[in-house]
Amino acid sequence: MKRLLPAWVGAPRLDPTLLVLLMLIISFGLVVLYSASGQDMAVVNRQAVRLGFGLVVMLVISQVPPRILRAWTPWLYGLGIAMLLATWVLGVGRGTQRWLDLGLFRFQPSEMMKLAVPMMVAWYLHPRVLPPAWKTTGITLGILLIPALLIARQPDLGTALLVAASGIFTLYLAGLRWRVLFGFAGLAAAAAPVLWLVMKEYQRDRVRTFLNPEADPLGHGWNIIQSKIAVGSGGLTGKGWLNGTQSNLEFIPERHTDFILAVLSEEFGLVGVLILMLVYMLLIARGLHIASIARDTGSRLLAGALSLTLFVYVLVNGGMVSGILPVVGVPLPLISYGGTSAVTLLAGFGMMMSIYGHRKFIK
Amino acid sequence: MISYITDRAIKDAREEKRLFVRRAWVGFIVIALLMLALLGRYVWLQVFAFDSFSTRSESNRVAVRPVVPNRGMIYDRRGRVIAENRPAYRLEIVPEKVPGKAPGLEALLDELSTLIVLSEDDRKEFHESRRNYRVFDSVPLKLNLSEREVARFAVNRHRLPGADVVPYLSRNYPYGELLTHVLGYTGRLDADDIASVDEGNYRGTRTIGKIGIEQFQEEELHGVSGFERVETNVRGRVLNVVERQDAIPGTDLILSIDVAVQQAAWDALGDRTGSVVAIDPVDGSVIALVSKPAYDPNAFVHGISQRAYQDILSAPGRPLFNRALKGGYEPGSTLKPFVGLAGLELDLVTPQTRVFSNGKFYIEGYSRPYRDWKDTGHGWVNMGSALEQSVNTYFYQLAMDMGIDRMHDYLSQFGFGSVTGIDIPGEGKGLLPSRDWKRAVHDQPWYPGETVIAGIGQGFNVVTPLQLANAVAALVNGGTRYAPRLLYASKPAGVERAKRTKAPVELQVPIRDPGDWQAILDGMDQVVNGLRGTARNVAVDAHFRTAGKTGTAQVYKLAADKKKNEDDIPENLRDHALFIAFAPVQAPRIAIAVVVDHGGHGSSAAAPVARATLDAWLDQELERELLP
Repeated sequence: MKRLLPAWVGAPRLDPTLLVLLMLIISFGLVVLYSASGQDMAVVNRQAVRLGFGLVVMLVISQVPPRILRAWTPWLYGLGIAMLLATWVLGVGRGTQRWLDLGLFRFQPSEMMKLAVPMMVAWYLHPRVLPPAWKTTGITLGILLIPALLIARQPDLGTALLVAASGIFTLYLAGLRWRVLFGFAGLAAAAAPVLWLVMKEYQRDRVRTFLNPEADPLGHGWNIIQSKIAVGSGGLTGKGWLNGTQSNLEFIPERHTDFILAVLSEEFGLVGVLILMLVYMLLIARGLHIASIARDTGSRLLAGALSLTLFVYVLVNGGMVSGILPVVGVPLPLISYGGTSAVTLLAGFGMMMSIYGHRKFIK
Repeated sequence: MISYITDRAIKDAREEKRLFVRRAWVGFIVIALLMLALLGRYVWLQVFAFDSFSTRSESNRVAVRPVVPNRGMIYDRRGRVIAENRPAYRLEIVPEKVPGKAPGLEALLDELSTLIVLSEDDRKEFHESRRNYRVFDSVPLKLNLSEREVARFAVNRHRLPGADVVPYLSRNYPYGELLTHVLGYTGRLDADDIASVDEGNYRGTRTIGKIGIEQFQEEELHGVSGFERVETNVRGRVLNVVERQDAIPGTDLILSIDVAVQQAAWDALGDRTGSVVAIDPVDGSVIALVSKPAYDPNAFVHGISQRAYQDILSAPGRPLFNRALKGGYEPGSTLKPFVGLAGLELDLVTPQTRVFSNGKFYIEGYSRPYRDWKDTGHGWVNMGSALEQSVNTYFYQLAMDMGIDRMHDYLSQFGFGSVTGIDIPGEGKGLLPSRDWKRAVHDQPWYPGETVIAGIGQGFNVVTPLQLANAVAALVNGGTRYAPRLLYASKPAGVERAKRTKAPVELQVPIRDPGDWQAILDGMDQVVNGLRGTARNVAVDAHFRTAGKTGTAQVYKLAADKKKNEDDIPENLRDHALFIAFAPVQAPRIAIAVVVDHGGHGSSAAAPVARATLDAWLDQELERELLP
């Protein structure tokens, strides 16, 4: 019988393990969000709708074979670069140019680049001989640095670094020589003072604050101090859901977005943190497993890079909330309130599922 | 396929995958280590530093706020409210919440001045008082807003961040200037005040008694602050009261002042400057204490402007000066009853001892005459008629016989030369001269002439109206000198019945012979009721019998040997008119001292004021005694 639909549309290709882990995190996230939003059901509903949309996106993408996705990659990347340039001209957002108003909703092109950059790098490295040669490495660096610089200009240093990191992870997994890797690390360290010079004043404040939050407890240090108080006062088992005083009395800034982990830590304690981190680690492990059984180089690199990047989000956010890393606008994956980040992440997981569903069957 | 060829090497899928798996494992191990480090941080925060952060979270959450006690009310002796707390609104600003720092604050003040009356003074004072507050504290800008101002502010509140209208209880004095010199007023608590009070009890208090009863009874009136532990959000808005300890309201005070009597004395003084002090000789309670001119204490409660204050300072008659309490006057002839009593009790004269007055008195060996007020003299007089007609010669002679030191010692028993101990601050001491005093202060010997004029209350003698009234009270009640009391009774919060306050007895003047005392009282009776009394006008149409003594205090010191003509002297140099009295004579219930500044004669200027005051008191007092 002649098929009416393309051949790649068939039985749903899903990874139940990944799906269960994602649903665990999402449900936990909505529960925490209810408390963090000051028990505002409207906020929870809005986020649930976004997550639902993200899950649909994930399911759709999971049905698309990796090679098709790869074929789209340059277009996606090109679109992302175009939108980043567009934000330069017509971006909206408080003091920065991160958002693009698309009529129906506002969109953060830099979020999309978190996905598009590793995809593009994987696309580029897919047919090359690995470990990458010098020329390959150089072009790869170009692919990731162009969007990273555009994002850094917005200015959004955190996202820029994460986007760059996702590309570097792809290179790392592609087998970039250790000495080259360390060479880059050394260069980056040497460039730090230069970075300080190009940073905006508010970014410098963040670094200063990070180095010594108590110097300005009511000003720049406030966020970090209040967040640490929230986490610390949560103790082993937490103050209980909806009982976090730091959160409910609004001492935690950005409590339902970037600092939602502080709310979780306060209300669910160390136990809650451990459970959450365990689920994240399982997600990452699952992602790396999927990468290791992927059918081709591009898929393998993409799945691996997405998994590693996910960890960086968790680490940076967790470090920020607990005061061991500077305050950068990195949301806690799938838990922080916000649409673009959630949809992007779920789209990424859709790709992993696609890779999983179209893997090479060993038997 | 072509791109494969461009690479120098051939892709080795198997090797690539092995490489990837190796890298993935290394990556995962690094991740796991980093995750352990991160979790270590959480373990440290949530387990090891838990106690510290838990405490900080608690102190974030719960703020302790003082609960200000309501200030005690003040009533007069008949239960009229003379100091009360009225609900009012004040405008406060939290500088930290005003956007735009200093220019933003100025802009806000400009904006507010279109809604409420805001003078330059208000703004200046606001900026000054800001320094005493922390940036996140609420600083009062304007007290006692009118209803219209409150309404106008409420409508525009949304565009005035940082400003807010706060309800509070404002002190109000319904009788205004009538009682200022008794009550004093409450004013803004300043740095000096804070040093003198228990800071903990005044944490939320914004005002404090400044003078008068309000200051003297501050502790009673203030009450005891309570506190509440409230849960606040980050903006300090109270969400929930965790614990509350109510404040204990201040004690209600009942003063012995009778507003009707006070008012009568006030009115009787008219436009003149002067003072009236009336004391109940039975218990030492102060019935009236008038000092005129006065000023409206309510102006001070809401924070007086610099200009209004200047106006009061420069007003004629010095309204801020409490002359009843600290005004120093020469007692003049009002001292004669006391000098006379001293003579009797010291056995220098008897009531029947006669002295001849020919209009002039000479000290032996001196040519300077000391005059009677009647050029021709009064002829033969004894103690009674000397008082009745205010015969100077009698008292010149008596003073000479007594000597200044014995006069000093005896008169000091009546409280001259020392504070009476009344229960408001700022009392004057007056002056009762003696040899020792003159030597110590002026380093000069005492001259006999000074003794002579001391006998008629002139020279160095200085008394306050309060001292005079209190001395009269002691004279007529059998020598019991009280420390006069304005506080009549007090009623602490939650107590059903007010507790009577008793005036403490300062001294019981010894009585050698009650007949001596009676002779003096009879003499004073004759001043009002005798045929030749100097204050016969007081007795006209009275419902009760009064006794008294007129007096004149010299302002412009003419040589004592010259006769002066009243009408030639400008008013501000005219003598002060004095009158002391008590009534009813049979059983005195009021002792009074009246001073009319530059009033001229005691009988014409001061005596009618006394009469009006006595009427106001005794008419109702007699009525009350007729009631079952």
